[in-house]
Amino acid sequence: MSYIKKPKIIRDNDPRNKLGMTFDDYEGVMSTLCAGCGHDSITGAIIQTVFDLNIEPYRMIKFSGIGCSSKTPAYFASQSHGFNSVHGRMPSVATGANAANSELLCIGISGDGDTLSIGMGQFSHAIRRNLNMLYIIENNGVYGLTKGQFSASADLGSTAKKGAPNLQTPIDPCTVAISLGASFVARSFSGDKDQLVPLLKAGLMHRGFAMIDVISPCVTFNDHEGSTKSYMSTRETKREAIYTDYIAPFSEIEVQYDEGTSVEVDLHEGGKVVLHKADDNFSPLDRGQSIKAINDASDKGELLTGLLYINESQPDFTETENTVIKPLNQIAFEDLCPGSEALHKLLDGYK
Amino acid sequence: MGKTSHNNFTVKFANVNGTGSSSANSMFMKSIFRMGIPVVGKNYFPSNIQGLPTWYEVRVSDKGYLAPSGSVEIMVAMNAQTYTEDLAAVAPGGYLIYDSSWPREELMARNDVTVLGVPLATMCNEKFDTARARTLMKNTAYVGVLAALLEMDVSVIEQLLLDTFGSKTHLVDANKTALDLGFNYAKDHFKCPLPFKTKASKKTNGYIMIDGNSTAALGCVYAGATVGSWYPITPSTSLMDAFTQYCSFFRKDEATEKNNYSIIQAEDELAAVGMALGAGWNGARSFTPTSGPGISLMSEFIGYGYYTEIPTVIFDVQRTGPSTGMPTRTQQGDITMCAYASHGDTKHVCLYPANPEEAFYLSVEAFDLAEQLQTPVFVLSDLDIGMNDWMIKDLKWDDKFKPNRGKVLSSEELENMDSFYRYLDVDGDGIPYRTIPGSHPKGSYFTRGSGHNKFGGYTEDASEYQDVVDRLLLKWETAKTLVPKPAVDFSKNNEVGIISIGSCDDAIREARDILEQQDQNLNYLRVKAFPFTKEVQKFLDAHKMIFVIEQNRDGQLSKLLITETEVDPKKIKSIRLYNGIPIFPKDVVDKIQLEINAGQAA
Ligand SMILES: Cc1ncc(C[n+]2csc(CCOP(=O)(O)OP(=O)(O)O)c2C)c(N)n1
Ligand code: SF4
Ligand SMILES: [Mg+2]
Repeated sequence: MSYIKKPKIIRDNDPRNKLGMTFDDYEGVMSTLCAGCGHDSITGAIIQTVFDLNIEPYRMIKFSGIGCSSKTPAYFASQSHGFNSVHGRMPSVATGANAANSELLCIGISGDGDTLSIGMGQFSHAIRRNLNMLYIIENNGVYGLTKGQFSASADLGSTAKKGAPNLQTPIDPCTVAISLGASFVARSFSGDKDQLVPLLKAGLMHRGFAMIDVISPCVTFNDHEGSTKSYMSTRETKREAIYTDYIAPFSEIEVQYDEGTSVEVDLHEGGKVVLHKADDNFSPLDRGQSIKAINDASDKGELLTGLLYINESQPDFTETENTVIKPLNQIAFEDLCPGSEALHKLLDGYK
Repeated sequence: MGKTSHNNFTVKFANVNGTGSSSANSMFMKSIFRMGIPVVGKNYFPSNIQGLPTWYEVRVSDKGYLAPSGSVEIMVAMNAQTYTEDLAAVAPGGYLIYDSSWPREELMARNDVTVLGVPLATMCNEKFDTARARTLMKNTAYVGVLAALLEMDVSVIEQLLLDTFGSKTHLVDANKTALDLGFNYAKDHFKCPLPFKTKASKKTNGYIMIDGNSTAALGCVYAGATVGSWYPITPSTSLMDAFTQYCSFFRKDEATEKNNYSIIQAEDELAAVGMALGAGWNGARSFTPTSGPGISLMSEFIGYGYYTEIPTVIFDVQRTGPSTGMPTRTQQGDITMCAYASHGDTKHVCLYPANPEEAFYLSVEAFDLAEQLQTPVFVLSDLDIGMNDWMIKDLKWDDKFKPNRGKVLSSEELENMDSFYRYLDVDGDGIPYRTIPGSHPKGSYFTRGSGHNKFGGYTEDASEYQDVVDRLLLKWETAKTLVPKPAVDFSKNNEVGIISIGSCDDAIREARDILEQQDQNLNYLRVKAFPFTKEVQKFLDAHKMIFVIEQNRDGQLSKLLITETEVDPKKIKSIRLYNGIPIFPKDVVDKIQLEINAGQAA
């Protein structure tokens, strides 16, 4: 076999979650990405997230498109069903799968190329449907897998490895998602696990479309001086708009904040997020304010991160479709087929 | 003109689209059907919402022939714009009815056609107040004229009005008034009935009048499909409209009023088929209806479905190509494309219904085949089948029917297994086992369109790759034993046969009757599926000359036969009729005779 299974070493003192599973149980096959690729760090954060959330791997489905980033669903939760689809078209597959069974937790992983160019249409429409999924963009400003062409998220003036600047305006997935009506929009950095993990948890427990744009440097094609998506540039320009904690159900809030500076939002699928303001003028509950804050920051050369918008009361796809609670793939045939008598009656109308 | 018998003529209505003529024309046809007389309607409509010419042709055929005859005995010429061509289309000895409110004497340039003027607008303007009613009721009034001329049973028409408009008594009354206007005018001014007329019969007992998009949608409902995704495109749109309507009757959860189905209007066909695949992968019966342009867009995903072995059903209601072509005309131009859609080595199971009746049964069968074979299955109908009203036998349903979900491992089976691998050929038939996500921890696997080995793992290894694509070929062989066999009429021992496909069927049936009267008996096979089964090879082997008749320019079926069977290409005589109009029996006869005569001369 030409894919490598990670050796599984079980030690007695390995931490176990409430399901009795170890960290290893949430791993996938060995990553084949370049050493230092941001995408691998995100994979690590995802493993941490699903471990902490005690997710039964077989109740989770993983989707992706095509790209280095889209390879990563194979690198975590090998006990979950995975679907590495075609370039830019993962949202439609996830939509169909969700229609068939909306009980399964759904994670989608995409790249900036996969989402913002070839997949812009499907991305937009998954947002409009408020499809219940966590949608992660592993954003490196280039097409990694095809060797470093600029993607649609490349900033104006950011340079390619050989020095040529990008001359087209970038698409910011966060402002796009908010204006299209996404119900959960966040931005983070692959190099900041402390910020990323709570966001991933909140996104997974959010009901509806949770989009997290994770700046994830491509060490091979876009980590040089002059690139605005390098490790160094991202560390320098990143500014947290709001601090996010995810609080699991039935657990205590440990840190106390000054009154008036924090907001709690209950999440549909369990737990809540506690948001602590870093900036008085920013509220993630107000679309207009949020878009303005992101744009203002960008004008100043800053990258605004954190949970940028959340609306927990927006109906999701299942609700607007008015489908039954029971997964459609589990309804007995007898309840789906109207039978001969009904046919007979119906056809009387065609006589 | 020889056709003076009862129940044997064609009435063609020339209208302007957007004037409400189609309901009157359908009413005329349905009334004849209810009189027990076999009838069929063909709609030649523009790709436009209002103001362009549109025609509706009603063929009344005592023998129950359902193809257009190619000749028009009565023309109802309501469109001044097309009057000249409409007059020219009438068979010698035929009749033309027009609205004489506006004189058109200079155009009555044929002395072998009887022109009957009826002041429809003048009469309706006197009787009705609103502009809309005046326009609409002109249509009903000409049905009244025809009722008198053809000696139709007026009580049948009146009953139909009651059935159609029900409690809306003002509409029933208005239509009755208009019907009487036309009827009485004709009685008072013309010699009724005409030499061809209707005579009540019992030949439509046990039949219904329905279009093939409705029956295909009904097939989806009865097969237990729960997820349908689509992007609107003529002529497939009404399939999803019908599915939506039937689901609203049959698929509401009684307790919660919620839907036992999900219909998703996608952003484009790429998404529509992606959704169908996602749902099929996740264990729902799914489908997507479209037409040729949609299949072109779907191609990448179709290959994905083939290689990753995901069941779903794709309806291609074919229209005239290439490109946008003529969206409201019929053709069988997607035979090759659907057979091999997508890059790389791909081939797909295709089913070819001939009429709305088969569209129902093959639609149900498509869902079984898709799951048995774990692959996307095409149902190729066309605009003629999908959008025209056909007279078909009552559809039957066997309440003992159980869907064949193919090789799906249950959670109990998984529980008792050591390990599960997605693409192992356990049974030697090329069909692996699959699992439904979320059903059991041991069932998980990774689906990928990139190279994979029989365990489901990523591979770039030459032999591991080849292993899987070779197994797909074995599965293809299994498909040949599962797909529907052709319809064969092989009674006469002779050397010449016809092979055809889909909606050509009725024209061929009639053409064979005509040829038989001239002592030319031709055996007939109609393919119902690709891959071709052994019956097709047998038929090819048994004949020295085979006419392959189809509705496209390039002879796609004939080429598919040459490529995919052992036939000697020299035996194939390809007959292609592809102008967008359903084919006429006499054209089939002419083409065959031309070939046969040429053969004899040589
Ligand atoms: C239809 C199609 N066109 C082009 C490609 C080639 N292709 C593969 S990955 C890719 C870009 C991926 O970029 P991104 O999503 O940003 O992923 P990254 O590799 O940067 O993580 C392209 C263009 C393809 N696989 N399919
Ligand atoms: S090319 Fe870039 S994106 Fe792809 S694996 Fe290497 S570092 Fe990561
Ligand atoms: Mg990228």
